[in-house]
Amino acid sequence: MRRFISRLLLLSFISSLPLSVTRAQTTANPTETLIRNGTVLTITHGVLPNTDVLIKNGKIAGVGKGLKASANARVIDATNKYVMPGIIDCHSHSMLDTINEGTLAVTSMVRTRDVINTTDPDLYRELAGGVTTLNLLHGSANPIGGLNTVVKIKYGRPADEFIFPGAMPGIKFALGENVKRSSNPNLPGVTRRYPNTRMGVEETIREAFTRARDYKKTGDEYRAAVNKGEKNLVAPRRDLQLEPLVEVLEGKRYVHAHSYIASEILMLISIADDFGFKIKTFQHVLEGYKVAKEIAAHGAGASTFADSWAYKIEAYDAIPYNTAIMTRAGVVVSVNSDSDERARRLNIEAAKAMHWGDLTEEQALKLITINPAIQLGIQDRVGSIEVGKDGDIAIWNGHPFSVYSRVDTTLIDGDIFFDREQDLARRADLAKERALLEQADPNKPAAQGQIPGAPRRRPRAQSDDEDVWEGERP
Amino acid sequence: MKNEKTVRGRRGDGEKMAMRVIKINLVLLGLAVTVMAQQIGNPTYQQGVMPPRGIFVIRNARIVTVSGPDIENGSVVIRDGKIEAVGATVNAPAGAQTIDGRGLSVYPGMIDAGTNMGLVEVPQGANGTVDTSEVGDINPNSRAIIAVNPHSAHIAVTRVEGITNVVSSPTGGLISGQSTLINLLGTSPKEMAVVPNAALVINFPNIGGGGRGEGFGGFRPPFNLADALTQSERQLEEIRKVLRDAEAYGRAKDAYAKDNSLPRPDVNVVLESLVPYVRGLQPVIFRADTEAEIRGSIRFAEEMKLKPIIQGGDDAWKVASLLKEKNVPVIVTGIYGLPNRDDDNYDVEYENTAKLQAAGVRFCISSGDPGMEVRNLPQRAGLAAAFGLSKLDALKSVTLYPAQIMNVADKLGSIEVGKMANLVVTDGDLLEIRTHIKYLFIDGREVPLTSRHTELNDAFKNRK
Repeated sequence: MRRFISRLLLLSFISSLPLSVTRAQTTANPTETLIRNGTVLTITHGVLPNTDVLIKNGKIAGVGKGLKASANARVIDATNKYVMPGIIDCHSHSMLDTINEGTLAVTSMVRTRDVINTTDPDLYRELAGGVTTLNLLHGSANPIGGLNTVVKIKYGRPADEFIFPGAMPGIKFALGENVKRSSNPNLPGVTRRYPNTRMGVEETIREAFTRARDYKKTGDEYRAAVNKGEKNLVAPRRDLQLEPLVEVLEGKRYVHAHSYIASEILMLISIADDFGFKIKTFQHVLEGYKVAKEIAAHGAGASTFADSWAYKIEAYDAIPYNTAIMTRAGVVVSVNSDSDERARRLNIEAAKAMHWGDLTEEQALKLITINPAIQLGIQDRVGSIEVGKDGDIAIWNGHPFSVYSRVDTTLIDGDIFFDREQDLARRADLAKERALLEQADPNKPAAQGQIPGAPRRRPRAQSDDEDVWEGERP
Repeated sequence: MKNEKTVRGRRGDGEKMAMRVIKINLVLLGLAVTVMAQQIGNPTYQQGVMPPRGIFVIRNARIVTVSGPDIENGSVVIRDGKIEAVGATVNAPAGAQTIDGRGLSVYPGMIDAGTNMGLVEVPQGANGTVDTSEVGDINPNSRAIIAVNPHSAHIAVTRVEGITNVVSSPTGGLISGQSTLINLLGTSPKEMAVVPNAALVINFPNIGGGGRGEGFGGFRPPFNLADALTQSERQLEEIRKVLRDAEAYGRAKDAYAKDNSLPRPDVNVVLESLVPYVRGLQPVIFRADTEAEIRGSIRFAEEMKLKPIIQGGDDAWKVASLLKEKNVPVIVTGIYGLPNRDDDNYDVEYENTAKLQAAGVRFCISSGDPGMEVRNLPQRAGLAAAFGLSKLDALKSVTLYPAQIMNVADKLGSIEVGKMANLVVTDGDLLEIRTHIKYLFIDGREVPLTSRHTELNDAFKNRK
């Protein structure tokens, strides 16, 4: 019994840990929400002043003036505020416990879905920047990397509820310095992983697709024979590495290809053309402006940084006009973060395309809404404020392209996942809870002797580049 | 682009257009003026040629003086590198080139006090371009002004966004070296220097952190607080010892200067470089982020009678009353940083400066970036204003406040008569990302709005 009580105490102690800081808003969510009298940036149908947005059962049910909601609907007054669709980040590594399976050059058998961590506090911070959807990508350690996961940031909910239903499956490819392991030291007695050059990168991808094509052919022939009534055939051995590549060949899986310099972009287009598939997005694609017409002709999208440059050699020719040049060439362009930090201010990252390259406000807004939605195959669900689309909304206290603006409320499927007022209201309680915890026995310094170990500092924002070489583990 | 005919575009529009903007006062046209105008009118920026100082008047513009009230419709006169006159009614001097400022605003150039500008071109994978961190722990005689590269692409990329000055600092070891405060214009370090040796940089030994801001990832040994504390104490003692030696060295030199019969002290270049700092004549920048590091820095500076500036300051809001009491200013570099602790408020870094302001602490906002992203400085200040700092204080935090902290407020940071003519003419709020820079003056020289980025844009934007 004593044991039971102590366990109970322990349990109650654990449950009072400051997880509540990172817990999503827990206010009961009604089935109907009316956002009243805001300036609505619809993205696809212009800017509508003094307009209401009605969300019913998670879907946008009305956009217009003087909309009526049922008596028990939640009403959010958006007077003098701006209402826009939730921001979509087409390149994120948030909530992934690890991002690189870097031991092989082709790791299409691994899945980011297997390592998602729903308690990552950066998710809440991204919600506070108006972000609602993330494309969680494998890292860039290999020419063909692992499979992606598209999520809605339903912070505080179980992992399954994060998964974006119906999003096109995707896979990460990567080219250039990271794949060549340029920043990795040459360790004595350790053979460098192939490939070591951009020539080898091309060969690696071409070889993998050659195998995938054969594998598909074997499978197709087997199934055709079975359909004809052959009964004594042995099924081909299943290959988890090649299956996703067959899906790419069949147009059932999108390729998101990390890339920097013009020549490697052309190289991958050439491979895709030879094998008859499409690159859905070039990621980073910092020299995309040099080959914008080729990217447009292939039909690929581009998901880039607004103005990052010179952090490594292959980024030295990057220019902040990239977004505008590619947009004008007819490429569907998005602006992404590749960083839990930058993800919180994608509104300003998009606005940079107005500063550098003079895109219109509407074009710039699309860079973080409908365009990334198209790139992820979810454009019928999110990316604009239209009747029938998901109730994924960010409400700002000023125009989202002003540096002086911040998010007041973020909704996903009509439920509130961030609300600044609620956040502020909880702070005093959380401070009390923290003080209480600091007084708890396990957190007291020992009277003498051993000083308690301090927690390890969190790694700062993860990005493709930061996780390529992690050093030797002891 | 409706103003294309009257204002010079940021993308290096053609020579004719540039000539059109500069209306030479024909009445007083003299030979000297003609020659000068031809030089200024040349839009092709030549790295090896400094644009000449001229006499300029910007008329009918909104003048945001920063130090005083805005002048809604006024003029600024620039002559010989300085601001000669500012006001609602100012007579244009003879021979002045006139810029029509209707619809435009004039601001002082922005200042970023926490960069490594010109010391690193490409941090990853191009070691040959990295000159930030000297070997060893005690390098006070390693001076940024020696290595700062006037031809770094980062410089023009940064200044065309309205940032006219930076402090560039070395980074490594315990005593990293000496910072320099430069104009982002010049064909040599000497031409750029405003204060060649502006501050000493000390990395306050951080508890259990290993190197600060160097490289990516890397192996970290298992953390042991007791060992880490001992190690940071040992490192602090190392700094203390060399500073004490410098004090003694300075006294010995002074004594010998007065009395040649005393033994002549051997010249020691390391100690020599520290003398102005240990005497409190020049500021010492302590890189410190956590509460413990900031308190430790203040305590140490007081013990050693140094003139401290905190750089970093993630947790400065927690130490606000002490910072105020000791009058220690903070160069806040972490506004874009993620909160350091899982249970920090999401906006803990965003509202850091608003809390410092409320407590009366002197501070400025910096990118803390090596060079390439220094141009995001105005957006960082804007973000602080979104979270409680007043818009005016946000503007001051990247103009007047850094000038005051770096002790150059007599030269920089506001539009006042006698100050260096580092001015930015914009079509809107200086901190807003949608604003465009229309004219740029540094040291009274009109600087073309071209950079590596505008050049690459021009080269590829029309590729068919």
